[in-house]
Amino acid sequence: MSLIKVIGNKKTVVLTALSTAFASASVFAQEAAVSATTTANTPEAKVDMDAVYKSVIFYSLIFLSFCLFVAIVGRAIKVYELTREVQGKPAAINWNKVNASLFALFLLIGLYGVYWEYTVHGSMLLPDASSEHGRKIDEMFNLTLIITTIVFIATHIALFAFAYFYKHSAKRKAYFYPHNNTIEKIWTIAPALVLTVLVLMGFLTWRSIFYKTEDPNNKALQVEVISEQFAWQIRYPGADGIVGDRNYKLTTGANVLGIDFKDKRSRDDQMADELWLPVNKPVKVILGSKDVIHSFYLPHFRVQLNTVPGMRTYFEFTPTATTQQMREKLNDPSFEYVLLCSKICGQGHYNMQKRVRVVTEEEYAEWIKQQPQWLNDDLRKAFNLPVSATPAAAPAAAADTTAQDSMKVNPQAPTI
Amino acid sequence: MSTIAIHDTHHDHHDHGHHKETFLTKYIFSQDHKMIAKQFLITGIIMAVIAMGLSILFRIQLAWPDKSFPFLETFLGKWAEGGRIKPDFYLALVTIHGTIMVFFVLTAGLSGTFSNLLIPLQVGARDMASPFLNMLSYWFFFMACVIMMGSFFVQTGPASAGWTVYPPLSALPKAVTGSGFGMTLWLISMVLFVASSLMGGINYVSTILNMRTKGMDLWKMPLPIWAFFLTAILGILSFPVLVAGVVLLVFDRSFGTSFYLSDIVFGTQILPNEGGSPILWQHLFWFLGHPEVYIVIMPALGISSEVISVNARKPIFGYHAMVYSLIGITVLSFIVWGHHMFVTGMNPLLGGVFMITTLIIAVPSAVKTFNYLATLWRGNIRFTPAMLFAIGLVSFFISGGLTGIFLGNASLDINLHDTYFVVAHFHLVMGSAAIFGMLAGVYHWYPKMFGRMMNAKLGYLHFWLTFISAYLVFFPLHFLGLDGVPRRYYVFTEFEFMRKWLTVNTFVTWAAILGALAQVAFLWNFFYSIFKGKRAPQNPWEANTLEWTTPVEHLHGNWPGEIPTVYRWPYDYSKPGHDEDFIPQTIPFSQTMSSNLPHDFEGNEEAERIQREWDAQNPPAEQRTPQH
Ligand code: HEM
Ligand SMILES: [Cu+2]
Ligand SMILES: [Cu+2]
Repeated sequence: MSLIKVIGNKKTVVLTALSTAFASASVFAQEAAVSATTTANTPEAKVDMDAVYKSVIFYSLIFLSFCLFVAIVGRAIKVYELTREVQGKPAAINWNKVNASLFALFLLIGLYGVYWEYTVHGSMLLPDASSEHGRKIDEMFNLTLIITTIVFIATHIALFAFAYFYKHSAKRKAYFYPHNNTIEKIWTIAPALVLTVLVLMGFLTWRSIFYKTEDPNNKALQVEVISEQFAWQIRYPGADGIVGDRNYKLTTGANVLGIDFKDKRSRDDQMADELWLPVNKPVKVILGSKDVIHSFYLPHFRVQLNTVPGMRTYFEFTPTATTQQMREKLNDPSFEYVLLCSKICGQGHYNMQKRVRVVTEEEYAEWIKQQPQWLNDDLRKAFNLPVSATPAAAPAAAADTTAQDSMKVNPQAPTI
Repeated sequence: MSTIAIHDTHHDHHDHGHHKETFLTKYIFSQDHKMIAKQFLITGIIMAVIAMGLSILFRIQLAWPDKSFPFLETFLGKWAEGGRIKPDFYLALVTIHGTIMVFFVLTAGLSGTFSNLLIPLQVGARDMASPFLNMLSYWFFFMACVIMMGSFFVQTGPASAGWTVYPPLSALPKAVTGSGFGMTLWLISMVLFVASSLMGGINYVSTILNMRTKGMDLWKMPLPIWAFFLTAILGILSFPVLVAGVVLLVFDRSFGTSFYLSDIVFGTQILPNEGGSPILWQHLFWFLGHPEVYIVIMPALGISSEVISVNARKPIFGYHAMVYSLIGITVLSFIVWGHHMFVTGMNPLLGGVFMITTLIIAVPSAVKTFNYLATLWRGNIRFTPAMLFAIGLVSFFISGGLTGIFLGNASLDINLHDTYFVVAHFHLVMGSAAIFGMLAGVYHWYPKMFGRMMNAKLGYLHFWLTFISAYLVFFPLHFLGLDGVPRRYYVFTEFEFMRKWLTVNTFVTWAAILGALAQVAFLWNFFYSIFKGKRAPQNPWEANTLEWTTPVEHLHGNWPGEIPTVYRWPYDYSKPGHDEDFIPQTIPFSQTMSSNLPHDFEGNEEAERIQREWDAQNPPAEQRTPQH
């Protein structure tokens, strides 16, 4: 036993030593780094360490006094129990009863807590889906929520009620009940049936989302959205309705998406600062990524798909409510749809947003007319395309950008 | 108990049994499974405390994104300049927190501890099949821990691409600072860790298959053993795939290959890699990753089956169903990995298939839950701390399993993937349920490990504080996810719609701090009781399994003299007709004539005949005398 003590002590010593070493060494390592990189910055000067230490000590003292309190209560209970034992009285505190009652109490408070969560936090959630397929998802969600909530409540009532009612008693013996095949079959088959229903519905919904038959009268609007650290680039298809080819090898400072303007369909493509979508018209988003994986997430439309470098992915959906309609419905004049990134992608992951606007068809038509083209005069030159007829100003501007970009453009030329 | 007997039986098994044990061979490079189990446990606890500390750091950031905490700078230096954690260090914190918790605490700390401790003791073996490999397994694990922690001392910081380390983010130092040398250390650590798991797993499987004592056929094994057995198989079949993936990632990072990389441009800098696919990593990772989550939960389920049965004083309900559902989970967990990839853009047809397999796996999970409930029904429940934690496990398993049904539905996952809903799901079912299983195991087998008892009242305090705070922390997180708040966000202040959750974040952080402080009750209890706890009696919980027949003081080889023979299953609790409410596995039926049931003889006609004769002579009545 004594040796065990030694090792145990050693372990605690090592533990404390390690943690102090960890704190100090990491600070050392970084102080070296900091002084190497930032010379002007002396963080120590900024903070009044006294106040810090005081507050740390203050909280530690509170915690320690709480521990002391626990220890004293523990002792008191022990003394009390020992005296009862010496006097030959029955055990003072029936801990089985205490714990059983706590479970019962937990059940009651927990049920209320769940109710509170469902109603209070439950009312802070996303509004109803603003897309056709999103409504189906919402329906499925509600069905799943109802089923799981019933199971959740029922099993918890059983669990804690059994804990309460079947607490230990020396007078009783448990009921020897090793198995019952019928019951076991029932509770294998019942969840299987429920899950089959859910799977079937889920499967059909899933299929309706990803296997769309194209309606020639209502062709989807193509929009390409490309992610990079930590921004989204948007490309509208232009007059031909088709987003042209891209080739990452063509990427330059002037052609940030590496659009291949050899492809005629690219030449009329337009850029935009915001994602504008006409209401009630299907839109097919073409997704791609320049650097790492990001995720194109439009929570209000129940749309999410990763953007993967080297892979084109597609999501087709139909917005059903304009931003304006949503503002009225939610009584929130500042409401906006958002696009966010939901796949960890680096330090700016938390702030990779774009505004999304759903507008009427007329507003959209008006807006899209004003969006500039990706193809500008520099790029025309780079791709040996005839420079457009826009006079005077253009060549001047072109001159200095090409100068600056020529380094990047030229080496690419052979690979085209 | 003659000493000669010890040496006799020792001889054929352990030639080294005669060597003099030094401090080094007994405590450090020990080959005794009980000591190795303790090494795993204590290392696991230390790693858990570290990972918990990391989580408190990032919870502080989430709760008070605008406040400055100068003590953070004292601790973390430039990673928290001005007392505020930086975005890339925030990512490093969540990454290392996740990695440590999943792999080092809930895999090595849980399986390593209890498989090592219980397999030889519960199947009746003197040690593991290969004690030496077992020792190596611990030391590989230890090195993995040291290297992982070492990444905090690297200038560019630890890996920060999330615990799933998806390339290209994890492959390119340019993408995030943590993907520099920190990531290399992460990969090395993982390889060592997998080696450790494999050595452990091979040992567990071969010990269970080959070294069971006389009478211990598979259907007489306690449920923890079944769970450890299937867990080890899962690990052996899936961990090598992770290593394959890791090696390819190492190549991509250091030797210019393109397994996971293609078409990558940073700003205007075009990388030369071509032809790879980042999705390949996800397939390889989740082929391990999903079985991994069951590697984490199955031992916890096994432990709680045992604990619940012992403390409810009832046989576990549906022993066979429990085993079959474990087998079902084992098999199915190899074909569901795609549910982590519904929205990667993989072929939607695959999404449909993986949805079906995923929801099927919920069936055996449900069966297990119902069987736990049925075991409690009409029991005679003793609320030991272990029992409290086992009941807590059942509650968390239900809550987290039910949210799995949302996520497993590909259509619903479109909007839930990578949101806080997923965070809530796996923290309930893994972060809470599996940890509770582990704690149940610690409280239950502590007397076996250290020969002393833990303080029960501190255990109650520990349980209630932890149980309550875990629900307070994780329940509200579901709602953030349902509001579309993505996970791994450094602050919520940049998006208008997330601001309303700031108060919830503060609340959750306080609950997390409460939960973390509650662990002090455990740590104190654990380390103090090693030296000062009450001495453990032979069989403190009046349990049936074999480990309680070994002497309290450990000895190499476990049993002095013969290894006991097993005659019955481990769950004869409260059997009618028997005077006590438990019958250890080592009691032959001939000593329990008054309580034997026809079913007990498994069709052995001779035995049945003897029993019938005995029954005829001893009409059912009160005058039955105790048999021993
Ligand atoms: C009823 C059974 C279960 C089902 C149907 C289920 C389903 C799922 C699904 C579909 C996901 C992916 C969610 C997403 O990323 O969008 C997921 C994530 C996860 N599940 Fe489960 N699950 C179940 C049980 C468990 C268990 C028992 C554990 C562990 C003990 C577990 C641990 C995890 C973890 C760790 C993740 C998140 C991984 C990550 O992205 O970081 N799940 N689960
Ligand atoms: Cu991101
Ligand atoms: Cu999974």
